[in-house]
Amino acid sequence: MSMSAPAAKRVAFPPNWPARIGLIVLAVYVVYAATTLEFTWARFLTGLDQGGRFLSRMFPPDFSADKQSLLTAGMMESLQIAILSTVFGILFAMPLGLAAARNLSPAPLAWFSRGLIALLRTFHPVIVAILFVKAVGFGALAGVLALIVASMGFLSKLLAEAVEEMSMNQVEAVRATGASFLSVVVMAVVPQVMPRFVGFCAYQLDSNLRNSALVGLVGGGGIGATLFTAFQRFDYDFVLTIVLAIIAVVMVGEILSGFVRRLFQ
Amino acid sequence: MDASAPIKPPVDDAGVDRTLIIRSLTKAYRAGQPVLKNVSLKVEGRGMTAIIGPSGTGKSTLIRCINRLVDPTAGEILFLDQDIAKLNGRALRQMRRRIGMVFQEYNLVERLSVIENVLTGRLGYVPVWRAWLRRFKARDIERAFQLLDAVGLGALATQRADQLSGGQRQRVGIARALMQEPDLILADEPTSSLDPKTSVEIMELIAKRAGERDIPVIVNIHNVALARRFADRVVGMSKGEIVFDGPPRDLEDSHLLQIYGGEGWLE
Amino acid sequence: MIPAGPAGAHVRHWQRFTFTERVMRSLFYIVVLIGIVWSLQSIEIIPEFLYDAPQQTADLFVRMWPIDWGWYPKVVHAALMETLHTATLGTILAVAMATPVALLVARNVTRSVLLNSIGRFILVATRSVHAMIWALFFVAVFGPGALAGTLAIAVHSIGFTGKFLSEAIEEAKPGPIEALKAAGAPPLAVLIKGIWPQVKPAFLALAMFRWDINVRESAVLGLVGGGGLGMALDTALSNLYWDQAGLVLAVIFGIVIVAEIATSWARSRII
Repeated sequence: MSMSAPAAKRVAFPPNWPARIGLIVLAVYVVYAATTLEFTWARFLTGLDQGGRFLSRMFPPDFSADKQSLLTAGMMESLQIAILSTVFGILFAMPLGLAAARNLSPAPLAWFSRGLIALLRTFHPVIVAILFVKAVGFGALAGVLALIVASMGFLSKLLAEAVEEMSMNQVEAVRATGASFLSVVVMAVVPQVMPRFVGFCAYQLDSNLRNSALVGLVGGGGIGATLFTAFQRFDYDFVLTIVLAIIAVVMVGEILSGFVRRLFQ
Repeated sequence: MDASAPIKPPVDDAGVDRTLIIRSLTKAYRAGQPVLKNVSLKVEGRGMTAIIGPSGTGKSTLIRCINRLVDPTAGEILFLDQDIAKLNGRALRQMRRRIGMVFQEYNLVERLSVIENVLTGRLGYVPVWRAWLRRFKARDIERAFQLLDAVGLGALATQRADQLSGGQRQRVGIARALMQEPDLILADEPTSSLDPKTSVEIMELIAKRAGERDIPVIVNIHNVALARRFADRVVGMSKGEIVFDGPPRDLEDSHLLQIYGGEGWLE
Repeated sequence: MIPAGPAGAHVRHWQRFTFTERVMRSLFYIVVLIGIVWSLQSIEIIPEFLYDAPQQTADLFVRMWPIDWGWYPKVVHAALMETLHTATLGTILAVAMATPVALLVARNVTRSVLLNSIGRFILVATRSVHAMIWALFFVAVFGPGALAGTLAIAVHSIGFTGKFLSEAIEEAKPGPIEALKAAGAPPLAVLIKGIWPQVKPAFLALAMFRWDINVRESAVLGLVGGGGLGMALDTALSNLYWDQAGLVLAVIFGIVIVAEIATSWARSRII
């Protein structure tokens, strides 16, 4: 090849049509969707203005004594909701998770359990909470029940996966001694699955703590109820206090659950 | 292959003094434990200089100090009328683009095409938006194709780099270094991850393509046979110091014993 | 016998765990037990409500059935579209906002412990406050509607997206990055040509995974004024039209499943 030859019709970057079309479609979609939802600069600017006023009403956060006692009461209830829903969630998730593990349970049972787990996981805890509020009335119980459902869905799915991944050799070995199903579970399954399951449970406690602030918004008790009331009363400085408290509790919860996970590793 | 015709360096490169002078270079990753001890070295502006020595002896640190991938603790590195050891920010980047580097693990961006990997050698020159939108200048793209021809990979230009073999990847690495139109090429163990036959081919390629452009090469290499065969000058290092410096024919077994033997490897 | 230490006759027991581990675990069990007992004793449950729970539940399903399908074209279809737009735009915004934070957190990009920690705090803070609580804020600022919902989804997703994105960035191979630096590339070019190609697959997978989650989340935001299906559900519930509520629940069920199938299909295509 000589220097004077043209670039020999070689293309360094052949156009990647799928990617280009994808980007164009995405851009068009964003504009279309933003227009449909009526996102306009004017709205955004008035919003910023409003936001400034809103923020100034939030500061400083309200730490007065009566608010503090409200806060503590709400937090304590949330903590109770989180603990109880995690404990009962674990209790119910264990049989369900075992039943859904295809290497241990008979196929029809496994499929039925998987369907049940999928159903439990489909609905957001808030929606489940609404249904329970209707069924058992306002208050912490509805929140606990809603979060039990969420915990069951999450934990039994992960438990089933953990059981399916374990080594079957130990199970066969214990079965060969003529042990009952229960002793197979205790002797062969639990030791293999326990550390991971404890990790999931610690994570679930964490997540229930966060979600307990949520179910309260729809009548499920706890700090969420306190927060919602504060919002309705335009008590924005107390709102900030509550939100800061939630962030603090969630962060402490994450540290603790990380600690528990390491303890059982 | 008709790719052997040398690609002439741009005119403005002619007549540049490419001598590298290292004075009293010291590097200690931990205080009081220097890996390089007061090393001084002058490399003429042409030919291949091979640095040999056991691993952990500071070869790699020395070569990485030259383009400041490693910051020296003390000393001067004089090149193109500047002290590289004192450069920072923009000035350092402008110096780095004058120095090509070939790595042991090739260090290609695997998910980019071969030609784009070669063109990353121009990143010190082109504005970021051009690189981002792949709007490289036509002259750069043509040069990249020519360099790929020169390393024998013209046909694979638009393939993704992770589909290449080790030897092919190193060829791309060499093309990338040449793409910088460098005044110096550093090669850090360029053959250590390759089989013996490919190693020879890679060394041949570096010597030939740098030689025809009159670019000086400094290569770290633990394979003494390859060093003897391709280098014009051999520098032997042991425990952070230069213990041999001369043409390959002067390198004798006693020197090798001094460099590799003794208790050096026991450390 | 191994020469004994200062303790003299040193008998070795087989132990699965070290002493401190066992103490810590026992302590943990005790704390858990106390927590359960405390919760059970002090949580407020009104027994009268419990007595008619089965009746109420039965009533709930009876009233839901038959589902009022006729309501779908009138209200629910528009609400469904709004929910999907909220989830998608929210995810795009979240990814856009999470990327700079992730760069701030990634230790191979930002070499400052202070900046790393600031970024990490942003991630934890946005994630700890649930999307619905963010929605309460944005409704107060922008008024009820999908704008508030979209921003809530976006801000809440920063934490999750940014966390995994920063991990993906930290896992990028250092070699190619070093090579570009050695060629004199400015930091932005290293980011675009050295790091981005390595992170891109994880980035796309992450965005899709988050979109799947956000479809679920945005379906409920309307309960606090964030627009979409939640708003329709809220209307139905406050009017006590349980057959309409049943319709919304059925639609949510459908869209969640469709979103899950769509993301797992797209993931298998991209990766």
